[in-house]
Amino acid sequence: MTEMAPHTEEELADIIRTAEGPLAIGGGGTRYRHDVGATLTTKRMSGIQTYEAGALTLVVKAGTRLTEIEDLLAQNGQMLAFEPPRWSDSSTIGGVIATNASGSRRFQVGAARDFLLGVRFVDGRGTILKNGGRVMKNVTGYDLVKLLAGSWGTLGVLSEVALKTLPLPEETATLCIPVEDASQAVQALSLAMKSPYDVTGAAYTPQETHAMLRIEGFPKSVSYRTKALGDWLKAFAAPTVLTGAEARGVWTKLRDCDALEGKEGVLWRVSCKPTDGPAVAKALRAKDWIMDWSGGLIHARLPTEVDPRNALASFQCHATCLSRTPTTFAKFHPEPDLVANYSKSIRDQFDPRGILNQGVMGA
Amino acid sequence: MQMPNPNQDVLDRKDQVIARLKSILGNGGVISDPAETKAYECDALSAYRCPPLAVVLPRTTEEVAQVLAACFEMEVPVVPRGAGTSLAGGSMPTADSVVLGVARMNEVIETDYDNRFIRVQTGRTNLSVTGAIETDGFFYAPDPSSQLACAIAGNIAMNSGGAHCLKYGVTSNNLMGVRMVTMQGEILDIGGAHLDAAGLDLLGVICGSEGQLGVVTEATLRILHKPEGARPVLVGFDSNEVAGACVSDIIKAGVLPVAIEFMDRPCIRATDAFAGAGYPDCEALLIIEVEGSEVEIQEQLSKIVEIAQSHNPVDLREAQNADQAARIWLGRKSAFGAMGQINDYMCLDGTIPVTELPYVLRRIGELSKEFGLDVGNVFHAGDGNMHPLILYNANTPGDLEKCEAFGAEILKLCVEVGGCLTGEHGVGIEKRDLMSFQFDQQDLIAQMRIKDVFDPKWLLNAAKVFPLDTSNAHRAA
Repeated sequence: MTEMAPHTEEELADIIRTAEGPLAIGGGGTRYRHDVGATLTTKRMSGIQTYEAGALTLVVKAGTRLTEIEDLLAQNGQMLAFEPPRWSDSSTIGGVIATNASGSRRFQVGAARDFLLGVRFVDGRGTILKNGGRVMKNVTGYDLVKLLAGSWGTLGVLSEVALKTLPLPEETATLCIPVEDASQAVQALSLAMKSPYDVTGAAYTPQETHAMLRIEGFPKSVSYRTKALGDWLKAFAAPTVLTGAEARGVWTKLRDCDALEGKEGVLWRVSCKPTDGPAVAKALRAKDWIMDWSGGLIHARLPTEVDPRNALASFQCHATCLSRTPTTFAKFHPEPDLVANYSKSIRDQFDPRGILNQGVMGA
Repeated sequence: MQMPNPNQDVLDRKDQVIARLKSILGNGGVISDPAETKAYECDALSAYRCPPLAVVLPRTTEEVAQVLAACFEMEVPVVPRGAGTSLAGGSMPTADSVVLGVARMNEVIETDYDNRFIRVQTGRTNLSVTGAIETDGFFYAPDPSSQLACAIAGNIAMNSGGAHCLKYGVTSNNLMGVRMVTMQGEILDIGGAHLDAAGLDLLGVICGSEGQLGVVTEATLRILHKPEGARPVLVGFDSNEVAGACVSDIIKAGVLPVAIEFMDRPCIRATDAFAGAGYPDCEALLIIEVEGSEVEIQEQLSKIVEIAQSHNPVDLREAQNADQAARIWLGRKSAFGAMGQINDYMCLDGTIPVTELPYVLRRIGELSKEFGLDVGNVFHAGDGNMHPLILYNANTPGDLEKCEAFGAEILKLCVEVGGCLTGEHGVGIEKRDLMSFQFDQQDLIAQMRIKDVFDPKWLLNAAKVFPLDTSNAHRAA
């Protein structure tokens, strides 16, 4: 099947306006591959529009590669603080935003949606729209910016996004605290999160026998807080402290779920109340899993035929199947009827013909 | 300010409407005596007022649901109200509307330090959320300057900010979940103790929708452990340009202070005369605050001071103790009071890209001469959120109109340089008619379609946010 890859917003709008059937929307094809309808990718709509390091703002076209953006920011001592998983080099910022993809730092500084200042997009009618802007504080009208983030291409196709950047920490330390199991790990992580030491990562992988905590910032501050946090956690075994590239590497691996790479089964992502993490992990009955966000995020590999949602019914949580291949069950967690009805009505307003990513997100 | 004509049919049914509301809430929950509804005629945009049909003060989410369902059925407009501190007229009633106040719903429902959230009824004031947890070392970060009085309900409706959002974000970034009642009386639970949405991010669009999509009765809010300490430094400059460049250089150097506040000369003079803070007499002044332990504060301040020195400041004062810190903040915190001492004022909150600061301040100065009204600028400089205070005399005929026209020019200027009409106060009625300056017709229609979904009859706070001709045309189409 041919792939439509417009170069401009106008071309994109024309394609959608004149579409006679469903469109499968994508960026770099990293996070979702969808086979209903003609393929429409924004990967040719690429380029940095504005970057003002002194104002912490970046405006880019949606098809710009994540690698290009992160390289540019790193050269200027800045970063996308929400740590988007980089599952392939072809990953685009449009895909990252459309899936609200966020990594370890999310639980402390916010998700992709929290760093999104403005969007330009084309809705299912083929109308070019904008919302938000490029300034950090903006309450002018409804916040469609957040609504578009994580809408998986179902409300419109992003053409341009404005993002808030943050300074890249000068130094990183990772404390590894020996623990018995997931329960003890979450106890240690929770205690750390109740400290004043600004922890920006709190994870546990059952393959290792320790809970991991991240401290970032200026050198003196990192060394002070690393020591203070160790003292704060004196009820637990003494931590080993990693520094430099080793300290950072732990979080890159977690961000990209390296520990689950090549394991059997399909990948699931479960967001839950942090202290429920160990019980949720147990209920999943997964052989391979990892835990982040102080217990509030679990990535697990489950056998292809298993839908874990019944097993999770007693928890306040949602489970999303990240498999790119078809499954027999809903990939997105079913919502309560009332909420689902409102979501569907919004979708009908933005895409009355129902042509954008048909079948994605429960409709 | 144009408001829609009240629906005569609703006015004629006043007694019937009140009887129905009393059947739900009892006599104590409904106020209809004009002498008693007076307090609800306006909010903090006090230049505009209108007596409502009635005021209801429910105590539970279920009561809110019954009231809204009844009003939906009777086709009576409803105006939700938190504490009535909106500077944009967000809770100003119309004559045919029922004001629904959440003030009696102010309990803490759940506090969970392990999972770092607090769940409250939304009539609770912003400061008393922190008040409920501060003895345990925690706080709720968004800090609008009305935080002593303003309710969480209003914070959510307007997506309120504050001085410290450069580091901690605004309401939307700290809101994890809501219980919301729609105009039809349905109770929706969205979000909660776990992060991110399973489907569309409805929470994201509810926050900041100015009470037009539903009445939020409960909120799950993210809480944080308090930093070990905080300390400000004050730097005076002989030009706005240099102060602006200093802000940009601090941020580029990788320092992220919790607050960077800016004051221009008219504001410095007014506050100094009013509060006696002993500020330097200079063109522009920055107050930069950093947080952390002693060693961390030192580390950050030394970087900031080094950058500031490279811009040849006329004065630089580093607080050495709590008393000196309080003196540095004294003038800034009394800025509004100081300007109010001189005259009546209108406070705007347009946001601009920080790089446009010198140009925008210069243009505001020129406009000030054109309109013949004085203006002072205080400013959350780190995030570009301006607060021009335009002075006028409410007793001079025509002065308010002149002031509003001046304000509109400033806001248009903010949009022209790539910013927006409002950074934290909301659109309300105040900036409603300027919306078409920032947005195309289609952009506004996209937003109004969300309104259609949640409130198909446009009964909930409907005269706000969208220009009346635009919303009327959309609804007629």
